[in-house]
Amino acid sequence: MNRRLLRQALPFLTLAVVLAATFYVQPRTMSYFGLNLMLQYAVPIALATVAQMFIITVNDLDLSIGPFVGLVSCVGATLMYGSPALGLLAMLALIACYGAIGALIHIRNLPSIVVTLGLSFVWLGISVMILPSPGGKAPDWLKALMAVQTPWVPFPIIAAVVIGAVVQLALMYSSWGVVARGAGGNPKALTRAGWSMLRTKVVMYMLAGLFGVLSGLALLGLTTSGDAHVADRYTLYSIAGVILGGGEFTGGRVSPMGAVVGALTLALAGSFLIFLKISPDWQIGAQGAILIIVLALRALVSYGEQKR
Amino acid sequence: MMGKLLRQPWVYSFGAAIAVWLATIAYTEGQGAGAILTAALSFATFTIIVGLGQMMVITTGPGNVDLSIPATITLSGVIAMKVMDEDTGRMAIGILAALGAAAAVGAFNYGLIRLLRIPPIIATLSSSFLVLSTAISYGRGIRIKPPEPLAQFAGAQVLGIPIMAVAVLALSIAMAVVLSRTVYGRSVLAVGQNSRAAWLAGLNAGRTRFVTYVLSAFLAGVCGILLSGFSRGAALNMGEEFLLASIATVVIGGTSVAGGRANVPGIWGAALFMYLLVTMLNTFGASAGVRLILTGLMIIGVIVLAGGEEQR
Repeated sequence: MNRRLLRQALPFLTLAVVLAATFYVQPRTMSYFGLNLMLQYAVPIALATVAQMFIITVNDLDLSIGPFVGLVSCVGATLMYGSPALGLLAMLALIACYGAIGALIHIRNLPSIVVTLGLSFVWLGISVMILPSPGGKAPDWLKALMAVQTPWVPFPIIAAVVIGAVVQLALMYSSWGVVARGAGGNPKALTRAGWSMLRTKVVMYMLAGLFGVLSGLALLGLTTSGDAHVADRYTLYSIAGVILGGGEFTGGRVSPMGAVVGALTLALAGSFLIFLKISPDWQIGAQGAILIIVLALRALVSYGEQKR
Repeated sequence: MMGKLLRQPWVYSFGAAIAVWLATIAYTEGQGAGAILTAALSFATFTIIVGLGQMMVITTGPGNVDLSIPATITLSGVIAMKVMDEDTGRMAIGILAALGAAAAVGAFNYGLIRLLRIPPIIATLSSSFLVLSTAISYGRGIRIKPPEPLAQFAGAQVLGIPIMAVAVLALSIAMAVVLSRTVYGRSVLAVGQNSRAAWLAGLNAGRTRFVTYVLSAFLAGVCGILLSGFSRGAALNMGEEFLLASIATVVIGGTSVAGGRANVPGIWGAALFMYLLVTMLNTFGASAGVRLILTGLMIIGVIVLAGGEEQR
């Protein structure tokens, strides 16, 4: 058995197992409507996970993505609802902020964990100032987009596949993608080959900002009102999603398709646990257990790989 | 002399703490200057206790961080309150049970990292979910007060100085000595600087990390017991704020995120700074939003000023 292949297939197998288990426990979910309902919140989580993946590719970690997604939902529900142009401008400014942070982290060689930790307070503060309590309204086009009924295959699945495929193509199969991953794999070699580390990092951070914005807007389209705290758990979800999807914290080893699949698995695991009717006390614990089991399987698979 | 002092990473955190304190009492025209310091010392001690553990974990090398501290604090607080059951005679058993459970969490964390090769961030995150569920399920819906001696110890003051701050100062000095004078402490630094070199030098990196994770969880347990004594009972969200606080104090205090360099005094400076900052913003009458934004900007500002790692 080719262990490398097995390792790459593991995220997909995990998703299949969780999906099968969900169908088994609650057969009614095996329908267009059921899947749509279960997976719709996976779309913003997947987008946030991809955002996190860009940061992890260059060996950094973003602890502010959750509050950032919350901020986007607040801006979207207030500024963007009133004036789409101003809203768009604000989103572009937020993405530019991400780029500036990337530059700051690179130039001063700062630990990304601390800078983004500080940022998470800043984002949350701005959100709370915009919307002290949940409120505002999602723009109608956004609501319509997230409620779109695609034929045959539910929208969340199509969205996830498209997101995964686009990022996969860009990051894994383009020459630019190789440079970007090289920035995490061997920054020194990259610099010596004449590439600008600064530019690579800024681009990666801006991409993360872009996907953070997309995540916030997608979430807003679903919740239909803004909330500063709506995405607080996204920070941890996104990190776990990247790792579940076969990514590693260092060395630029990531898998975009895997990250999206990891995010779907996490979102689905939540529904599965509810269907299982285990005590609410143990819901969180069971999620931890699922994470551990999947990663244990991966360790088992790659154990043989590393021995050679 | 001055130049040498300025190169010490902890100087910045103390400088920031003093500046913030001075700004506060300038605003109040000197009123409550001492009371603010007393409060800062009381609240900062909890952060310092878990900060010391987090510092050791972070020092063992890149990627090592303990995200299970909040859950462990909660578990330990809940167990302590439930086992003691408001009975002074059962205090010792309660403390033992809580610390035992905390240490077990640390051992479990390391087991995940070592045996299953899960990255520490994800390992401690997943285990924190399990630990939190255990705490929720064990401590379901009960509100038990701490035995009187525990509450008194956690809240006692002499001349405005909390007894607990003195105890934690002793603990910090002990940790500094452990770090610079014992085989274990030197191993932590060596493993953090270069794990392979440490291994070639005959150090047991595995055992060093094991002890470190257990130590971090143990200190979280200590914090949980004292905190439930201080706030007169355990609550299921009592650990929450310590996730960010423990990491922020360690790094603002000058400990290297890349591992291999620890700084005990910096933790004191950073913990006092974080508390005094919130006090200052409250005194100025800032709204919740402004308070959050300024807290974030100050954290970023301090780390930018103190500078990152040297380019290697």
